[in-house]
Amino acid sequence: MYTAEFAYKKATSVAEAIQLLQQHPEAKLLAGGHSLIPAMKLRLAAPPALIDISKVAELRGVRREGDTLVVGAMTTYRELETSDLLKAHCPLIPQAVYHIGDPMVRAKGTIGGSLAHADPAADLPASMLALGAKMKIQGPSGARVVEADQFFTGMFSTALQEGEILTEIHLPIRPGARMAYAKFPHPASRSAVVGVAVVVDGTEVRAAVTGAGEHAMRLTKLEQALAGKPLTTENISAACQGLLAPDHLNHDLVASREYRAHLVDVMAKRALMQAAGL
Amino acid sequence: MANKLFGKAMKRVEDPRFITGTGHYTDDMTLPGMVEAAMVRSPYAHARIKKIDASKALTHPGVLAVITGQEMKDAGINSIPTGWLHPGIKTPPHYAITFDKARHVGDIVAAVIAENRQIAEDAAQLVEVDYEPLPAVALGSDALKPGAPAVHDDVPDNVCFTWSIGDKAAVDAAFASAHKTVKLTLRNNRLVPNAMEPRASLAQYLKASDEYTLWTTSQNPHIHRLLIAAFIMGIPEHKLRVIAPDVGGGFGSKIYQYPEEIIVLYAAKKLGRPVKWTARRSESFVTDSHGRDHETVAEMAVDQNGKITAVRVDTIANMGAYLTTFAPAVPTYLYGCLLAGTYTTPHIYCHVTAPFTHTTPVDAYRGAGRPEATYLLERLVDVMAHELGMDPVEFRRKNLIPPDAFPYQTPVALQYDSGNYEANLDKALQMVGYQELRRQQAELRKQGRYLGIGVITFIEACGLAPSALVGSLGAQAGQWESALVRVMPTGKVEVFTGTHSHGQGHETAFAQVVADELQIPVEDVVIVHGDTGRMPYGWGSYGSRSAPTGLSAIVLATRKIVDKAKKIAAHLLEASPDDIVHEDGKFMVKGVPDKAKSFFDIALMAHLAHNYPADLEPGLEATHFYDPKNFVFPFGTHIAVVEVDPDTGKVKLLRYLSVDDCGPVINPLIADGQVHGGIAQGLGQALLEEAVYDKEGQILSGNFLEYTLPRADDMVQIEHDHTVTPCPHNPLGIKGIGEAGTIASTAAVANAVMDALRPFGIVHLDMPYTPEKVWRAIHGSKPVAQAAD
Amino acid sequence: MADKVHITVVVNGVEHHHEVEPRLLLVHYLRETLGLTGTHVGCDTSQCGACTVHLDGQAVKSCTMFAVQADGCSITTIEGLGSPGSLHPVQEGFWEMHGLQCGFCTPGMIMAAVDLLNKNPNPSEAEIRHALEGNYCRCTGYHNIVRAVQYAADKMAGKVAMAADD
Ligand SMILES: Cc1cc2nc3c(=O)[nH]c(=O)nc-3n(C[C@H](O)[C@H](O)[C@H](O)COP(=O)(O)OP(=O)(O)OC[C@H]3O[C@@H](n4cnc5c(N)ncnc54)[C@H](O)[C@@H]3O)c2cc1C
Ligand code: FES
Ligand code: FES
Repeated sequence: MYTAEFAYKKATSVAEAIQLLQQHPEAKLLAGGHSLIPAMKLRLAAPPALIDISKVAELRGVRREGDTLVVGAMTTYRELETSDLLKAHCPLIPQAVYHIGDPMVRAKGTIGGSLAHADPAADLPASMLALGAKMKIQGPSGARVVEADQFFTGMFSTALQEGEILTEIHLPIRPGARMAYAKFPHPASRSAVVGVAVVVDGTEVRAAVTGAGEHAMRLTKLEQALAGKPLTTENISAACQGLLAPDHLNHDLVASREYRAHLVDVMAKRALMQAAGL
Repeated sequence: MANKLFGKAMKRVEDPRFITGTGHYTDDMTLPGMVEAAMVRSPYAHARIKKIDASKALTHPGVLAVITGQEMKDAGINSIPTGWLHPGIKTPPHYAITFDKARHVGDIVAAVIAENRQIAEDAAQLVEVDYEPLPAVALGSDALKPGAPAVHDDVPDNVCFTWSIGDKAAVDAAFASAHKTVKLTLRNNRLVPNAMEPRASLAQYLKASDEYTLWTTSQNPHIHRLLIAAFIMGIPEHKLRVIAPDVGGGFGSKIYQYPEEIIVLYAAKKLGRPVKWTARRSESFVTDSHGRDHETVAEMAVDQNGKITAVRVDTIANMGAYLTTFAPAVPTYLYGCLLAGTYTTPHIYCHVTAPFTHTTPVDAYRGAGRPEATYLLERLVDVMAHELGMDPVEFRRKNLIPPDAFPYQTPVALQYDSGNYEANLDKALQMVGYQELRRQQAELRKQGRYLGIGVITFIEACGLAPSALVGSLGAQAGQWESALVRVMPTGKVEVFTGTHSHGQGHETAFAQVVADELQIPVEDVVIVHGDTGRMPYGWGSYGSRSAPTGLSAIVLATRKIVDKAKKIAAHLLEASPDDIVHEDGKFMVKGVPDKAKSFFDIALMAHLAHNYPADLEPGLEATHFYDPKNFVFPFGTHIAVVEVDPDTGKVKLLRYLSVDDCGPVINPLIADGQVHGGIAQGLGQALLEEAVYDKEGQILSGNFLEYTLPRADDMVQIEHDHTVTPCPHNPLGIKGIGEAGTIASTAAVANAVMDALRPFGIVHLDMPYTPEKVWRAIHGSKPVAQAAD
Repeated sequence: MADKVHITVVVNGVEHHHEVEPRLLLVHYLRETLGLTGTHVGCDTSQCGACTVHLDGQAVKSCTMFAVQADGCSITTIEGLGSPGSLHPVQEGFWEMHGLQCGFCTPGMIMAAVDLLNKNPNPSEAEIRHALEGNYCRCTGYHNIVRAVQYAADKMAGKVAMAADD
């Protein structure tokens, strides 16, 4: 069980990582390695060099800056799951993380790695969209911030440009908001066949789905249907119908397009019921 | 007896090494000078091999050889034979490395040997094979269609064999005059055994003595030695030692004589260096023998009284691309002969067609044939009960073979030795609270919750088996078992068995029995297995045969030891051997307790032979070859309770209860553990597992990302108990327990899921009951084409 | 060949220095370089957990890490957990409750279970099953593995150990 050969570089700062990326344009960043290394072991990926950023101190941890929680890209799932700040102000993240992989995956995998990888079956992208997160990206020409809505652009593709690093995730603190994540796991890999994250902030409902399409997306139809309405069982049930048309959805051994579309409705309803405390 | 251990839940003596990480599996070994192999495998299910260019691989630093099929054939290495023949069976050649065509994804096309595995794997990617892809066929029934691509040129219709059992005319007549009949068309899903330890083989050749040693992940090292020596490589049998060290599970997939074992032996001699190969899991998926894969039409007939009058079965059993060691026995004698189950069905007919396909070979997988038989029979019973408007339990009860009917001759060859099915059923019903469960079910249905209760009874025939009988049925092997019990001068005892333990705990359970028989501390006994260089001939472990055959041989050998010990004691105590009794660990003159010799005294004197009977050989060891008189017939009742989520189609196991009868239980800890594990595997078949092939013969669920093994949270704590009906024809009355869980649980879970779906008017679905399949059935929509369209 | 990298790791309390190829997976480093074959390889897709070890006190899959990533870390493998005569309570639990059959999944399973009890000393049955999602066992049906973990939890909490044969 061996990957192809590669050169290994360890970055100690973001600046160094950016520099290394410029020196090795074909290189890949190595975060928790839990998407990259499995792909390399099956020789589906064979980067000539890896730049390890997992130990860059400035990229780790959760802190509060005013009404924003700033999450370092190399913060592991385990750290997210146990973060008091997240539990208090953004319980959606620990809840979603609880269902990612298994404890060993959560010990290594990182939020930044997951978002940058943009696997269509990854869990966290849905929460990012529902929360209205912002991604801080640094590159040779400085830093920029991208809205979650603009970040996921396709299957395994994001707004990240060559040579750029996702460094921080900014989560707005939404006092009093209720939130929940409902996931239908793939029976074998346990990634998301469909995962729906909802944030109910006053009369605003924000919802997003992962697993269904090429990348995570907002469930605008649902958001509109519930806007300003009380979250009753009847309203929720009525709203969670035919949220996505099957045509462009993913399909595989576990779920056809039609079934996936149906699961989106079911998971959306479950997430909303939970958020509404019903 | 003072230290009776039979029946004690003794902790296992093998565990200290495993829990401290000092087990000794094949891949853990390194030998001085060892090199490693990687296989070049066909990515096509069917392709002509036009050219193999190894030049790039050979120049890769560290590569020692690239071996092709032609080279091995030219060197006189023969095809791998099958171990079971039916009349008219076609046995096309199976070379370790194919040279003309690849016949399934994973078929070996070349082997790269290099200084280490890393280099070998790199270089395997550099071997250029020019393939001409050919049309392939994956499904058994497709292979039988006119014009289907032939897997083997000399078997143009792909029919490996056909087989039948039972009186067809009588069965047809019974159907013609039946009160009611039911018919199911069903598929028994193909499974990948997935023992957690991937296969591995390490071969060493010593030039000076012209001797080979093969360490390999095997359930039956002697069978490998025999096949390799007598058929494949022509190595003199006494120059080949096969060792199966600690083996991480087998479940049937480590019976088969695999190509890689031949390749490492050949390479070890060619290079003069030890050669090791270890499978990656994704290789295991396409090369370990698979299990099941039947397409069946099954029918049942009953009379006005609700008595089953006939069962008729027609099955297509996919053999895969090549015949493995016991494959032909599995969908025939281990299947058709089991179709009476626990019932008094007077007329049974089973016909089997076994085609070759461009898929991984199929062989025994835990239960082997018997789960398939139990599944279809128990499905028929439930469907029929429903047709008759009877509770499925009451319909079963009406048809059970009564306790006074034993020995019971079935219409499909087997004669059941003993059984008490109704008592067993009642115990299970009482434990589970059957009536209350049914009431709960009705209650919940009103709330839109769908509980399902699956009750099944089963029997299995195991403990393979009388040699003359299996010989007459086509086995190319004996099925007796051997034991050598050797008492050392200090009274310690080595026991050599021809069976093999790869999780079953023989080192403990067998030692318990030996300690009882010899009346010595269990710490003084060691069980040795898995090495052709140390033990007498044996046939290995599969078909739940180790206890009924292997342990019977051990018991009879220990009894020879006791007889001899009595003679020695008689001499020392100046008494007649007939007056010596073996009690409390001593050999004493009957009625004169102070005239006694300890086991140690006897052992020592047997070796010193200073003061010794003139007509007795020194030494204290005995060998016994035990040929069973019949199969053994464990049975039981299993009950599964599931809930189906109608919104997603997901099935959740709520309870699982089993009452097994394997005769007297040697070690309940071990026996129960066997049942738990078997149940999980059977549940896997019903709910989670399937080797899915596309039309081109590509496996779509060929790794753990797609193929679902039961995890901890798929299971519940199992409620378990026993009834005890001894086997009348072996020394301890014991039967097998290794496969019961798997044989029963697939059917129990299947019936539970179908019971839950009854309100939706669903009569039958094929396994596995994956969420989408169940959801579609509930919502009445047609299934969409599987996988990538 | 890619440049080798110098690593320093402490494995089971012993410090090691090696020059390793970057692509050497931690599991192969442990098994082949250090000869610690108790850590197993059961798959090539990071699913089975047979390779589970502790890295700086957390359970990780050693097949999904390169040895170079462990530079400067402290690793515990099954061999370092306890030995006959002084078993870790989880090892003892597996033995008492028959939590293993073929033993192949066992080292990884035990390391995962220890990790669970380190984080949650008194887990419910559901929590135990959830925590073992990354570890496959084909032999036991998990029944006795759950009991083994419960035994260990009780033992570590100082409660009297129950008998094995219930
Ligand atoms: C057994 C198993 C089960 C899993 N189950 C789930 C699951 O249920 N749900 C789920 O969501 N995921 C699951 N995963 C995937 C897991 O979450 C991955 O850890 C995650 O997707 C990637 O994060 P990482 O830190 O491991 O990234 P890596 O694998 O190190 O990197 C992934 C990719 O992102 C790039 N990258 C990493 N960091 C950055 C950065 N800061 N800026 C730019 N590019 C970057 C890398 O170059 C690489 O191409 C599972 C993985 C495994 C092995
Ligand atoms: S070897 Fe299977 S998860 Fe590591
Ligand atoms: S004990 Fe064999 S896989 Fe768990």
